[in-house]
Amino acid sequence: MEVTETWYLVLSAVLFSLGAFGLMTRRNPLVMFMCVELMLNAVNLSFVAFANALDDLAGQSAVFFVLVVAAAEVVVGLSIVVAIMRRQPDATVDEFAEMRG
Amino acid sequence: MVDVVVFAIASVIVLGGGLGVISFRNPVHAALSLIASFFGVAVLFILQEAHFLALVQVVVYAGAVVVLFLFVIMLLGVDRAEDVSTEPIVGQRSLAAAGAGLILLLALGGLFLSGPGGDDGAVALTGQPGAVTPLDESSDIEQLARDLFTRNILAFEATALLLTIATVGAVVLVRNQGGEDLVIDDPGTSIH
Repeated sequence: MEVTETWYLVLSAVLFSLGAFGLMTRRNPLVMFMCVELMLNAVNLSFVAFANALDDLAGQSAVFFVLVVAAAEVVVGLSIVVAIMRRQPDATVDEFAEMRG
Repeated sequence: MVDVVVFAIASVIVLGGGLGVISFRNPVHAALSLIASFFGVAVLFILQEAHFLALVQVVVYAGAVVVLFLFVIMLLGVDRAEDVSTEPIVGQRSLAAAGAGLILLLALGGLFLSGPGGDDGAVALTGQPGAVTPLDESSDIEQLARDLFTRNILAFEATALLLTIATVGAVVLVRNQGGEDLVIDDPGTSIH
């Protein structure tokens, strides 16, 4: 038996769905961000699997850029959460509706 | 055979960590299971000979990003458990499960049904391999560096700009504009 890229892609699909489920059910904004990170990781995993299967480095380069964008997204997202929590210590995402202009 | 065993262990860690993130009530526990999941993915990267990405995965994700999460959890004093038994929107859980299941079905369907060779998933999804930058025998960090600094140099510079903007944005957002100070010295009190 040998590990083929299909195994990685199935694992990646399952992990992505887990993250999506968490994102739709959890209400703590921090945990929702963690679920987004899970989904990004699932995609990274499939990028690397494709890079291996198709013998193309572009997949690995894409993972590099996904990492950078994810880091930037976490930084901005968490600072928005800090700014909101400071005004309303008990905020869940339901209260974020007041961000409407 | 060794590959199969390593893949099995790593995927159990990845999925277990993922399950932990979506089911632990305490955000600190969720963050810790996120670390487990990231480590599992790093192992899978090594298994696919993406050594540099595995290293970056551990340093950036398991290191920096999760520490940032934990820092914010502690800073805000929101390390209390969320009540996961109530459903604020009726049927939210089952709708979300249906949505996630649909995503999974679409992904697996695309993987196994498309193209002539059902088992040759990657080729089926993206067509014939037509590598722009084919992998060669040199180390993966060397190949990645060559690719980033030649073909993707513009995107690489753009990420530098992006990180600068994100840093400035974070500082502007959390700057304390004459509001009350956060109580962070006394671990016994939260801000409310």
